[in-house]
Amino acid sequence: MDGLKKILGIVWILIALAVAYFGITIMGIPKLASGKQEDLVFGIIILFVLVPIVSGGMAIFGYYSLIGEYSDDKQ
Amino acid sequence: MSNQQVETSFEDMTEKQKNKTIWGVITASSLGTLIEWYDFYLFGSLAVVLATKFFPSDNPTAAFLSTLATFAAGFVVRPFGALFFGRLGDIIGRKYTFLVTLLIMGFSTFLIGCIPGYETIGFLAPVLVLILRLLQGLALGGEYGGAATYVAEYAQPHRRGYWTSWIQTTATAGLFISLIIILLTKSSLSAEQFDSWGWRVPFWISILMVGVSYVIRKNMKESPLFAKAKKEGKTSTNPLKESFGNKYNFKFVLLALFGAAMGQGVIWYTGQFYSMSFLQKVMNVESTQVDYLMATALLMGTPFFVFFGWLSDKVGRKAIMMTGMLIAILAYRPIYDTMFKSVNLESKTVAANGITEKRTAKIHKDISTDSLVTFHKETLYTDGTLMKKDSIVHWSAVGPVMKDGKAEEPKVTKSVTLNDNTRWYLVFLVFIQVIFVTMVYGPIAAFLVEMFPVRIRYTSMSLPYHIGNGVFGGLLPAVATYLVTTGKDAGHATWYLEGLWYPIGVATVCLIIGLFYLKNKNNNIHD
Repeated sequence: MDGLKKILGIVWILIALAVAYFGITIMGIPKLASGKQEDLVFGIIILFVLVPIVSGGMAIFGYYSLIGEYSDDKQ
Repeated sequence: MSNQQVETSFEDMTEKQKNKTIWGVITASSLGTLIEWYDFYLFGSLAVVLATKFFPSDNPTAAFLSTLATFAAGFVVRPFGALFFGRLGDIIGRKYTFLVTLLIMGFSTFLIGCIPGYETIGFLAPVLVLILRLLQGLALGGEYGGAATYVAEYAQPHRRGYWTSWIQTTATAGLFISLIIILLTKSSLSAEQFDSWGWRVPFWISILMVGVSYVIRKNMKESPLFAKAKKEGKTSTNPLKESFGNKYNFKFVLLALFGAAMGQGVIWYTGQFYSMSFLQKVMNVESTQVDYLMATALLMGTPFFVFFGWLSDKVGRKAIMMTGMLIAILAYRPIYDTMFKSVNLESKTVAANGITEKRTAKIHKDISTDSLVTFHKETLYTDGTLMKKDSIVHWSAVGPVMKDGKAEEPKVTKSVTLNDNTRWYLVFLVFIQVIFVTMVYGPIAAFLVEMFPVRIRYTSMSLPYHIGNGVFGGLLPAVATYLVTTGKDAGHATWYLEGLWYPIGVATVCLIIGLFYLKNKNNNIHD
């Protein structure tokens, strides 16, 4: 199980990168650039709140998982 | 009576006396938390009215999205409230902290009901609403963790799931009561009165409820575990640093978020908010019927919070939460597809003489030479379903108003009034979703509390809970609306189901993390 958690750590880091890419390029920046007021608010929330928390948090979680912080003997 | 005496006497009580004391604790905690949820959800439940009052209303969709954005802003600040009040709660105590959050929430709600509309004070109106909404978010961020921790620290470890599940009912009950009070207000007033000033009444009522709750809470004692820790000098001087600067604790914060709270958050909002939005916006069900339908499903589902909280004491929290997540992931698309098709007018037969058409006109409020012509059409189907459609066209003195060389698009509103069978069928389908909610949400307070030690519990459990619910869950309506719109524009056959990919995706990741990383019993059950 500990080995599987380490492998999954890589998956979480990749998901974090995918979320960051999608959040920034598909949802965040186009919304900010659209010039519409409602898009601007949404874009700011996506870019400066959702992406850092989701992507950053998931990346750290993946890293901890990869280095064995969630192995049974450390919990 | 000092905290020491309270703590000692509580430990010496018999099981029966402890139960009696805990009922008092639960009543006082739950009432306040219920009122906070009521306050918070009023804004969402009245989003459509608020959009027309506080945001420039040239484009109703824009106004609605602005309100959604404000709604999200309320959710986004919740994690900051969790940090701010969580820290206070771990330093000075649970009781005083959630007294403050109650007052902030109550006054913010009351004041939202007092702000003049955009037409009266202009841009100041939405700005004030936004500020008060942010204060609501901050207060809620501090409230829930305090109430859950407070009850959990009174509860016997082997019954913690059961006792804290009463706190878990408050979020749904708060939504239920907000819907009931809105319905009562609507039914006591004419549509014009409600639209003019009646929508403010539910906000004003809040101040009365907060007053009662404040008096009850003020007479409560500090939690025995916190009082004991404080007496022994074991409380934290810097809970934020201990929670998030210490790798050992921080990894549990991340695990609580990604392995439990984020999945719970999206399932909660799908069952209780997205379903409502789907009925109103995608299926065009008449709004009062939606309110009744939701209120019925919530009322039927609420006892299951307690049931699954109780069950989590027997079989473990993880098993129930993960099962709820799995079933929800598998069932969402079939459920929403069935919901949508249940009101598919193309498959129904129009009754004999079932079509009524009417044309009315009124002077445009901004341009005296123009008029707004409404083409009203009612279609009655053989099964009793009634479809009302209004197309409002802008006419000038020389004919339809032109825009970019073409006649201006009419503003179309549709409203479907359901027959009894369909209504109960939809109640059942929403009820199933509420059951998923109770499975993931009923045990989670006890689960989070047991994940962290007393000295940093309020801070550590509040943050993942509010990120899971506030950020992941709170943004669901906006993200799902975006996905549905994109799917519709792209011509997808099942565009109405596209919004579900967000909760399904988030819950799937959470399920995998939960299954492989979470333990069925946490480390701090007996502290």
